Amino acid sequence: MAKMTVNGQEVTVSAPPMTRLIDVLREQMLLTGTKEGCGEGECGSCTVLLDGEPVNSCLVLVGQAIDRQVTTVEGLGNAERLSPLQACFISEGGAQCGICTPGMLVSAHALLERKPHPTDDEIREAIAGNLCRCTGYQRIVNAIRKAASV
Amino acid sequence: MTVGQSPPRVDGVAKVVGSARYVDDLTKPGMWHGATVRSPLPAGRIRSITFDPAFDWSKVVTVTAQDIPGDNVVQLIEDDQPVLADGVVRHAYEPIVLVAAPDRELLAAAVKAIDIVIDHETPILTIAEALNPPKPIFGPDNVFKRYTIKRGDLAAGFAAADRIIEGTYTVHHQEHVYIEPQGIIAWVDADGGITVEGSLQCPYYVQKALKRAFHVDEHQARVIQTVTGGGFGGKEDYPSIIACHAALLAKKSGHPVKIIYGRQEDIEATTKRHPATMTYRTGVMNDGTLVALECDVTMDGGAYATLTSVVLSRGTLHASGAYRCPNVEIRSRAVATNTPPNGAFRGFGAPQTIWGIERHMDRIARELGLDPLAVRQKNLYQLGDTTATGQILKESVGSQACVEEATTASDYWAKRSLYGKPQQGRKRRGIGVSTFFHGAGFTGSGEARLKGKVQVDLAPGGRLIVRSGSTDMGQGQEMVFIQMAADAAGIPLELVSVQPVDTGEVPDSGPTVASRTTMIVGGITAKAAAKVAARVREIAPDLPWDQAAAKALAQGAVSELIQYVPEGHNQWDDDTYSGDAYPCFSWACDVAEVEVDLDTLEVTVLNVWAAQDIGKAIHPVMCAGQIEGGTLQAIGWALCEDVVWKDGRIANNRITNYIIPTALDAPPFHTILVEEPFSGGPFGAKGVGEMPMDGGAPAVAAAIEQALGVCPDSLPLTPEKLMEVYRG
Amino acid sequence: MIFSQPQSLTALFDELASAGDRPVLIAGGTDWIVEQHLKPTAAQRVLDLSRLAELRTLSVDGEGLRIGAGVTYRQLIEDERTRPWPMLAEMAKLVGAWQIQARGTLGGNVATGSPAGDSLPVLMAYGAQVELGSVRGTRLVPFEAFYVGYRRTVMAADEAITAIWLPTPAAGAVTQYRKVGTRRAQAISKVAFAGYAAGETIRLGMASVGPTVMTLPHTTAALKNGSDPVAALHEDITPLDDVRSTATYRMFVAENLVRAFADALAGR
Repeated sequence: MAKMTVNGQEVTVSAPPMTRLIDVLREQMLLTGTKEGCGEGECGSCTVLLDGEPVNSCLVLVGQAIDRQVTTVEGLGNAERLSPLQACFISEGGAQCGICTPGMLVSAHALLERKPHPTDDEIREAIAGNLCRCTGYQRIVNAIRKAASV
Repeated sequence: MTVGQSPPRVDGVAKVVGSARYVDDLTKPGMWHGATVRSPLPAGRIRSITFDPAFDWSKVVTVTAQDIPGDNVVQLIEDDQPVLADGVVRHAYEPIVLVAAPDRELLAAAVKAIDIVIDHETPILTIAEALNPPKPIFGPDNVFKRYTIKRGDLAAGFAAADRIIEGTYTVHHQEHVYIEPQGIIAWVDADGGITVEGSLQCPYYVQKALKRAFHVDEHQARVIQTVTGGGFGGKEDYPSIIACHAALLAKKSGHPVKIIYGRQEDIEATTKRHPATMTYRTGVMNDGTLVALECDVTMDGGAYATLTSVVLSRGTLHASGAYRCPNVEIRSRAVATNTPPNGAFRGFGAPQTIWGIERHMDRIARELGLDPLAVRQKNLYQLGDTTATGQILKESVGSQACVEEATTASDYWAKRSLYGKPQQGRKRRGIGVSTFFHGAGFTGSGEARLKGKVQVDLAPGGRLIVRSGSTDMGQGQEMVFIQMAADAAGIPLELVSVQPVDTGEVPDSGPTVASRTTMIVGGITAKAAAKVAARVREIAPDLPWDQAAAKALAQGAVSELIQYVPEGHNQWDDDTYSGDAYPCFSWACDVAEVEVDLDTLEVTVLNVWAAQDIGKAIHPVMCAGQIEGGTLQAIGWALCEDVVWKDGRIANNRITNYIIPTALDAPPFHTILVEEPFSGGPFGAKGVGEMPMDGGAPAVAAAIEQALGVCPDSLPLTPEKLMEVYRG
Repeated sequence: MIFSQPQSLTALFDELASAGDRPVLIAGGTDWIVEQHLKPTAAQRVLDLSRLAELRTLSVDGEGLRIGAGVTYRQLIEDERTRPWPMLAEMAKLVGAWQIQARGTLGGNVATGSPAGDSLPVLMAYGAQVELGSVRGTRLVPFEAFYVGYRRTVMAADEAITAIWLPTPAAGAVTQYRKVGTRRAQAISKVAFAGYAAGETIRLGMASVGPTVMTLPHTTAALKNGSDPVAALHEDITPLDDVRSTATYRMFVAENLVRAFADALAGR
């Protein structure tokens, strides 16, 4: 059976290999934190980590994710134990409508894993593949900068 | 007190951990998927709809206009728009046939098996064509609506003027690009009633639409809002159409039906910002004082009336900008074209006319050889001034305070002088300013007509439950209502919650539009909460809150339903378009600093300072978020967003080619909240949601004007368009 | 649709050599999966190259740099060994954004051969060669001879791109890369330019101004013999209008980018 690891748990995948990863995550695993905003790798709402790299899960076939590690927003923290990024997105106003937030958090998480103390320019570069229409990005940048300092 | 602080928003945790459920995250037992088959052409008559006999139609359901049990009308202002086109099509992408199927693959196959043939007619696609139509689309003259505002003696004003300065300014369509596409799930309850839930701004608009299309009463049409991923006006009226469609399919199939728009469909079919042309003729004194202002506004409403008359109204009322002028005449009209209906979009007509007046103020400064900010300050409304409609500004006028804050923070005068000197190299810098206002709340007698209501209930544990039909689309309505109710009642935040929006559970508070939610609905929320708390304390004056609440509840339910009553002094005449146009105005000054690359004419916005007087910032972090997000939408509209039309269809129907700003395109924002309290608003609060959309484009244009020495009068300022202006 | 993931180059070549229509080869899938989303095509064979570790290697020797076809843009940015070819990382940073850079591959960009392909002007300027493999063996094709028209290449039906070779730049070489897109990230180019000059060697590449990446021979000659390169540019390209930009704007930018490169060569 084809398997992959999602948020640290090994799971069995029964979908055809050409199914989009986002559909397997949302419809089979019911991990609906990952959102679809465009279906063509442009908005970044569906960003997940694939072996630690941020990717658009609408542009990954599940066959390409077999035997690999997938991390979704649900794997970054939970309501009882928010990650510093999640907490700072709330306190700094980084989340408004919230639809871009999961993907934005995943990209920000990947950045801080590599660069614990990024500059504002590096933050903007890291989230340039995540479109937000609510915030003007300033408060998202502030939230990531603050999370890096805690 | 929590008002004025920024406590963590109550919907924050669910949004950051991914547990917030948006419409596409929901499913129902036995749910089918629905799709819409649309007109490929902008104008014509439906000759035939053919269902391919080779396809097995028994496994799916289809719906056409003939299946509509009630009126084939989308209930709004006029009755011109059908739920499904019947006979005639008036714009590309107009819905004609609906299909539902148990799964998406079968649905796609069914859609492919439907063939619609339309006899093509010559479409009207531009304002120019619409003004002289071969055959009107709407009414006798193809005009949806006209307004005139008159003040003083225009001829005398021009006669007294040192100079007469004229200019014409245009703006283009804008797509909302909320990141969550539109979507609705509908089902038919056991008793035959219809329930819809989905991404929407105005639950009672949707309910009215269902009542009309299905001939049911309010008990048989229930509307639930799901967590909504952005609206910006785009989910004000359009969800009514999707709700009717999903409900028609649910009724016919006997299954719950979910319709989720793909991004292309969403860009193509849903509403946009109205394009507009503004022509100004002003009489000015040599020192820059305005003595006469004449303006003609024409907006493109698209194929159906929808909200156009109201958008035009707000545009008209903002057309003379934040400037005093004793002699004014503003004439406006909205025309019909064979393009998808234009509708509500943050600012609602004001960003269009404020673009006009702000560019015209820059023209006046240029032609008089004065500084653009000096000209503005000479004319900027102050306390006690009278507006074009005759409204006396009695309080809460933070116009000058905003100018001072924004210019100081940006070091405007020093930079203006520096960038005014000759610059070297292939990059040129400039700094520009806009000063503007935005009427908060419904226009004129609108609030009196609406009669918005809120109910606050006392619940066990001393909790208060706020029941309102106002919706949170991300702007933070839920949190500010909780803050205001808690403070008004004198209880901790944790004891207040907001009832999820469901027409079965909340009263009609009026739509969540027009920057009215905090000021109007929030105001009655605070009043209701204060009254409930007063009742409790009256019953048990000596007990702590939780015990007092328990004692009060033991005697019976404690609940307050309050309806908004406008302040008595608000006088408005709809016939003469004069009087108090809005309960009050919010005020603002934006400063933009740009760098333009002469090799490519790409504009980099280096910094934006926005000082905005919103009366009182209930939640400063969320207020700043509104200002920054709205300003970036304005900058996007100015610099990169453009709907590309080809024969009445949209050529750039993807996020790949309808370009909104990324984090690398957005400037650092320096936001200054100015608080000149409004006595009619809760805690002094005025509107904040829309105003940020008004001033970003003209401030950026003014900065580009200084950098390049050219005067862009027409949006967008894409490098392609700037090149045309720059090369002459 | 048949989906397979060859586990070795030999297996890939065998599959390509077997009978039937040429399958679709995907690596990152950042072009093809989008196309499928917008307009699904009928059943076909899809070969996914993402499991081929052999394609993901990058190596440097005295001759130059060999970039496996499956090397991602992210690898080009992060791998120190690309530093002598600075335009590679500069270009890669402007492809989409991080998510696309993590998936998209150099071989995929070359194989797709979009006229707007971000890497193509850079490969042209560096004098790249395309390594093609098949059951019949391996051959190298000079990059300027690789495309024969709009999205058409000299690749045979049984071949796959296995690597891109770049010669080591001469000491003191002048290079210049500029992508002018619809925005600062997540952008498709309106015009992109790469130039390389060292001694008598000048190589240029320009994207989004013709049916495929353009080599600008007249402009190159003008730069060599000191005549006006901007006038020569008009003999090299005839840009078109499309949804992203206009012919006039493309020409305006193309002229300025060539002028800027000429200025750099003149030490201005």
